[in-house]
Amino acid sequence: MRAEAPAAETGVAQLTMVQAINQALDQALAADPRVLVFGEDVGVMGGVFRATDGLQARHGAERVYDTPLAESGIVGYAVGLALAGMRPVAEVQFAGFLYPALDQVLSHVGRYRHRTRGRFTTPLVVRAAYGGGVHTPEQHADSPEALLAHAPGVKVVVPSSPARAKGLLLAAIDDPDPVFFLEAIKLYRSTREDVPAEPYRLELGRARVVREGDALTLVAYGGMVEVCLQAAAVAAREGVELEVVDVETLVPFDEATVLGSVRKTGRAVVVHEAARTAGFGAEIAARIAEGAFFDLLAPVARVTGWDAPYPPFTSVEHHYRPDAARVLAAVREALLA
Amino acid sequence: MTATVRYVAEDGRALRELPLAREDLVRGYRAMRRARHFDERAVTLQRQGRLGVYPLFRGQEAAQVGASLALEPHDWLVPTYRESAAAITHGLPLETALLYWRSHPAGWSFPEHVRVLPFYVPIATQLPHAVGVAHAGSLRGEGWVVLAFVGDGGTSEGDAHEALNFAAVFSAPVVFLVQNNGWAISVPTERQMRNTVIADRAAGYGMPGVRVDGNDLVAVWDVVRQAVARARAGEGPTLVEAVTYRLAPHTTSDDPGRYRDESAAGERERAEPLARMRALLAGMGAWSDEYEEALLADLRAEFDAAVAAADAAPEPAPESIVEHVYAGMQPDQRRAWEALREG
Repeated sequence: MRAEAPAAETGVAQLTMVQAINQALDQALAADPRVLVFGEDVGVMGGVFRATDGLQARHGAERVYDTPLAESGIVGYAVGLALAGMRPVAEVQFAGFLYPALDQVLSHVGRYRHRTRGRFTTPLVVRAAYGGGVHTPEQHADSPEALLAHAPGVKVVVPSSPARAKGLLLAAIDDPDPVFFLEAIKLYRSTREDVPAEPYRLELGRARVVREGDALTLVAYGGMVEVCLQAAAVAAREGVELEVVDVETLVPFDEATVLGSVRKTGRAVVVHEAARTAGFGAEIAARIAEGAFFDLLAPVARVTGWDAPYPPFTSVEHHYRPDAARVLAAVREALLA
Repeated sequence: MTATVRYVAEDGRALRELPLAREDLVRGYRAMRRARHFDERAVTLQRQGRLGVYPLFRGQEAAQVGASLALEPHDWLVPTYRESAAAITHGLPLETALLYWRSHPAGWSFPEHVRVLPFYVPIATQLPHAVGVAHAGSLRGEGWVVLAFVGDGGTSEGDAHEALNFAAVFSAPVVFLVQNNGWAISVPTERQMRNTVIADRAAGYGMPGVRVDGNDLVAVWDVVRQAVARARAGEGPTLVEAVTYRLAPHTTSDDPGRYRDESAAGERERAEPLARMRALLAGMGAWSDEYEEALLADLRAEFDAAVAAADAAPEPAPESIVEHVYAGMQPDQRRAWEALREG
């Protein structure tokens, strides 16, 4: 069963991030017969966020399909498909539902290439929606990127915009290593941007400076990049130019870009919405301390979720997730140091 | 309750017409004897400090060898750590197996042509992988079948349930071979589950379940052969429970005297699979002490050569620790690689 052909792959269109992801999956399925897209409710329904909308109709139920409701099974099954030469792209509805699969992630996904000395590899992608800000039910707003980043052998990518999401996802699907692709729920439909219609790939493992400045470096990824850009816009009105670095790929981490920026500005504030202790910000701060200590004019600061589970209490939820005001408070302190 | 399939009595009498030709019966016995020899020699090497901790399979040769002989070379075998017998029967070189149990990196890279996934240490996590390999094969029309091993204790894990269910839902060409050897280290099967007939669970997944005498090579071989044929014909997975007994300790580090009565071992030994098969063959005039001695001489020579080859493997370099983490070496691994190389 095939629906109408996809639109011509030329020009640009204003897309939300979920549309850009849908387009990337569509183009990956069209380009490579090894690509399979599966997970809970991804088939007929098109995914709880509609990221796979229309894909089963276009590419068939053999390549886009529902699985039983079992995350460890989904990831373990994806490992098997990858071992046998397929390019599985699994969807886990919410990153907070990934926990049953952590045994597979820690025991196998990141370990297979290493333990078999390259004989067997697991080029798979697991997409999962992460983060808060939209009043989701309990356990739907977790940010477990540090758990994944602590598993050697996996790559962790967190896109911050529609156009970046498309190019990074296509690169992740092509990548010879397993990639966890975390999509900020807050970004799914909140903004649109010009997304080129043709397939394109953005290199994994590269951070990028998304706003230049000289006073201080804000380091963020995913849903926090827009928060940092908001903070930078406010600071600019006061004549303070903040540089914003979008990490984009947590593992492998692009230390050179982050350190280059911090050496220039002398100050750094690291921002993420996951809890503070042992969050990925600790890793970034440590690398800045190791690599740019003598260029620092102020201690590296972190603006993060609090050391508590993400609150299911929606009326106070916004106090958990960092916003521009909290980022600016940390910026002020660093500038006064 | 599921009946137990059996062709050969413990004393070696054929209970009914055997479904295997005489030369296959001899081939099966030789493969079991080869496995037993590997197990015995591996323990000796371990005691000499020339092998790491080693999980013995003594008593389970019929279950492992019989099931593996039901495969074609292009079929996949997915082992737990106890499946050295199955792995070498399906083509894993003895030298590679020895290097694996010596924890040498060369033992982890199985040869390209050998369709055996690496030994799995975590319990039951291999089963979803087996389903994925199987489903990939049917999607691409490869025609391969996957034989996935797990133990009685392993069936308690969530991944066992998830894999059985996925396999059934996707009608994946997998044969799940549960070796019910009575013990999950120190915990007996009756403490592991209320219904100790594991094959009964198949009904809950909507697949056939077969219980077979796991010490009867003929029965295991035939039952798995039928399950493999069923999978290859696109009719989906089968759950086979092979009832056997772990005659040996869990590993070379284990002392079963702490948790089970070893004084009853004589009875268990009488039920062991090699003696049964040898008695069957002898009764048919297909085996003799002379044949046995000649086979043992061959096996000793084969094993000695494998040990020599394993001994010749060069020591791994420290920097190999950070190799093969990613397809290309990333900056963090590169930095570690250089640090390790400098020492």
